[in-house]
Amino acid sequence: MDYQPTSEAELSEIVKATTNPLAIVGGGTRRARPVKGDMVSTAGISGIVDYEPGALTMVARAGTPLFEIEATLAKENQQLAFEPLSLAGILGSSGHSTIGGVFAANASGSRRIQAGAARDFLLGVRFVDGAGKIVKNGGRVMKNVTGYDLVKLLAGSWGTLGILSEVSFKVLPISDVSATLSMKADDPKTAIDIMTTCMNTAFDVTGAAYDAVAGCVYIRIEGFEKSVAYRSGALQQIVSKFGAVDILEMTASRAVWTQIQNLSMLQNRDGDLWRVSVKPTDGANVVHAISPDAYVMDWSGGSIWMRVSKGMDVRGALGSIAGHATCYVGDAAMFHPEPENVRVLTDAIRRKYDPKAILNQGLMG
Amino acid sequence: MEMPIPSDFRIARKSELMSRLRAVLPPECVIDDPMETRAYECDALSAYRCAPLGVVLPYTTEQVATALKICFEMDIPVVPRGAGTSLAGGSLPTADSIILGVARMNDVLETDYANRFVRVQTGRTNLSVTGAVEADGYFYAPDPSSQLACAIAGNIAMNSGGAHCLKYGVTSNNLLGVRLVTMQGEIVDIGGAQLDAAGMDLLGVICGSEGQLGVVTEATLRILHKPEGALPVLIGFDSNEVAGACVSDIIRAGVLPVAIEFMDRPCIRATEEFAKAGYPDCEALLIIEVEGSPLEIEEQLEKIMSIAAAHDPVEVRRANDSDEAARIWLGRKSAFGAMGQINDYMCLDGTIPVSKLPYVLRRIGEMSQQFGLGVGNVFHAGDGNMHPLILYNANEPGQLELCEQFGAEILKLCVEVGGCLTGEHGVGIEKRDLMDHQFAPDDLEAQMAIKDVFDPKWLLNPAKVFPLAASERRRDQGL
Ligand SMILES: Cc1cc2nc3c(=O)[nH]c(=O)nc-3n(C[C@H](O)[C@H](O)[C@H](O)COP(=O)(O)OP(=O)(O)OC[C@H]3O[C@@H](n4cnc5c(N)ncnc54)[C@H](O)[C@@H]3O)c2cc1C
Repeated sequence: MDYQPTSEAELSEIVKATTNPLAIVGGGTRRARPVKGDMVSTAGISGIVDYEPGALTMVARAGTPLFEIEATLAKENQQLAFEPLSLAGILGSSGHSTIGGVFAANASGSRRIQAGAARDFLLGVRFVDGAGKIVKNGGRVMKNVTGYDLVKLLAGSWGTLGILSEVSFKVLPISDVSATLSMKADDPKTAIDIMTTCMNTAFDVTGAAYDAVAGCVYIRIEGFEKSVAYRSGALQQIVSKFGAVDILEMTASRAVWTQIQNLSMLQNRDGDLWRVSVKPTDGANVVHAISPDAYVMDWSGGSIWMRVSKGMDVRGALGSIAGHATCYVGDAAMFHPEPENVRVLTDAIRRKYDPKAILNQGLMG
Repeated sequence: MEMPIPSDFRIARKSELMSRLRAVLPPECVIDDPMETRAYECDALSAYRCAPLGVVLPYTTEQVATALKICFEMDIPVVPRGAGTSLAGGSLPTADSIILGVARMNDVLETDYANRFVRVQTGRTNLSVTGAVEADGYFYAPDPSSQLACAIAGNIAMNSGGAHCLKYGVTSNNLLGVRLVTMQGEIVDIGGAQLDAAGMDLLGVICGSEGQLGVVTEATLRILHKPEGALPVLIGFDSNEVAGACVSDIIRAGVLPVAIEFMDRPCIRATEEFAKAGYPDCEALLIIEVEGSPLEIEEQLEKIMSIAAAHDPVEVRRANDSDEAARIWLGRKSAFGAMGQINDYMCLDGTIPVSKLPYVLRRIGEMSQQFGLGVGNVFHAGDGNMHPLILYNANEPGQLELCEQFGAEILKLCVEVGGCLTGEHGVGIEKRDLMDHQFAPDDLEAQMAIKDVFDPKWLLNPAKVFPLAASERRRDQGL
């Protein structure tokens, strides 16, 4: 049985009535892992509910396609500043990402290091829990500490605690100017030196990534014209000790970050797909420990997307390096096992929110 | 504000509790001399006070765990405390509880500039976190006005904000990891130095849980390199509406100031008399601060001033150096003190969608007439976080209650227009019984379910956040 509810109320009835496991999909673009059960699509619960450009806030139903949100924002020269990472290309999935899926996966891109993650932009949620109850938390204002922050709990919960029906979020202006410093780097250690050097300045870098396939480090600066010119000049001086620096302007600059957002350099390749999250200076150690076939580092070296040979035990190879690894393509469990005393807590939360154990079973824990 | 009736059963166990605590903790860590526990009877919501059974001030996480285990076994409620600057009664004890304070735990444990974080014990004050990294050019961004006194512990529990959070975010956006001790005495590490914690976002829900899920003893905080400089501009308007419209236009134009502060006439008047900052005599004024190199500051201030010019400002005063900047900030920074000179005041912090600012300010003005109590408004306009300061006379019988009623009406209004009860101070006891206005029973149940998981006996700061009636059954289970 597949479900296509067109309202939150209908979604709630479906969940109340069933005891079967449910596989929840938005646009289906991030379905890295098959989940067993009746399919529930949120695509029918769609539409922008409220948009206040002067307050930098938008409210939309969870099934609203991402392209619709982005197009509406673009008309006001605004954007989702966390640059939702797109997995459609690399997973070869068709369909369109939904805004609910973006937040359920906490899919943050390169600007996370400066502007924050998807979870930092999410202001409010409405969701249907595993018993079919409709719950709201947060709101549509930028500052809100009224009660517990279930908004963050739901962000990145991949549909295992509840099915998002509506999200409200903060947006930001699109900067007038974008420039990217591009430098060659042959090894991850040098790349990370360059990136952390740039992050440790007053110049408000909004992206620091290393495409190991191309052997290129990219440093992005955004803002008003004079300011970007000033900052890229200042950064160029600082990093020139590492080698020659090219400055990519506007279109060329934006193209670099779109490629990283889509993980283009890792597409059309065999092998398992993993992401490892560590503190930036551990990035080089991760590469040495794992020797991936191909990789790209984002977040100044702290987020490493990689292709490895099929079946490789990435978590084992990490050894004592602090951090965690997520398997997007492969047979390993998708999420890093939690320490026992944390698992006790997350399991108990799952039982509270999903008493029938039907929401995206087996995906997270 | 009502508090639950303390349990005689628990009070009767006081001497047993104290001797068990003393048996395992250094003697100076356990205090029950009434003279010494006085300082812990209230927080900054000082209209409410109560003596606890005792106060425990450990040096280490392990000692925190030991103390909690004993209280768990004996069914004694525990109220965690940082510096006691909560404006919501968050760290107010009950007569059958102990205060567990982290004030002695204030070391910096790790400083890592390459990876931009510090790890500290949570008793450390907010300002001294920045103090520890400032000489090397770094700062910790969230900056509550109480930053000289308040502790990271309370900042995490309340998810505190500050004047600069329009650009840098609140505590939650700058917190990477915590070490937390549950009521059962279990030490749990969540998150770490990397930018995202693994799996379910427990860190997100711990931050802002008002000391009800665990005692946070260590925190990994994101630090940032300081900007080259910052300068404000002050702009006066002859109506709140126009000032509100100007804020919205600045935001739409793509300028992202680090702070946009708003003061209305009653507040301007009071601060003028008190601080003599030389503010213009007008209905509303904005203080807008931007950061960067001199050239970048110039570029942003020019844009802001040209937008403001379209709104017929009665005055535009830009700072050219740090002295002029300090003078512009002087009035804003002394606003609370100035209002305190006139009278006792209660400070609310409801948040509203910025488009509703003019309407809400007008309604507050009307209600001020009805209740016969003065109000000044000073707030973070960029994010709609209001700070109405209601003036009353604490010595006049009935005035506190009247003031609280008025406050409740303002907060209900904030919820009505699509906002919320509290933007940064937290619920505590103060807004606990208004939670029903913002949340349906199922919404509250979903929140309380989280507490059930972390603290099944509801012993940690139990009489806070949730309406007493909603939490009664859970709070009374041990009795
Ligand atoms: C003049 C003044 C100005 C202020 N300005 C601001 C402002 O600009 N922005 C803002 O957000 N707030 C502001 N506040 C409010 C207050 O300073 C903050 O809420 C602050 O974070 C409280 O920190 P504290 O250490 O004093 O916490 P406390 O008052 O000691 O406790 C606050 C809460 O935290 C819990 N808690 C304490 N320690 C722990 C721990 N170790 N583990 C778990 N829970 C714990 C307590 O139980 C309580 O619920 C202001 C207060 C005053 C008096």
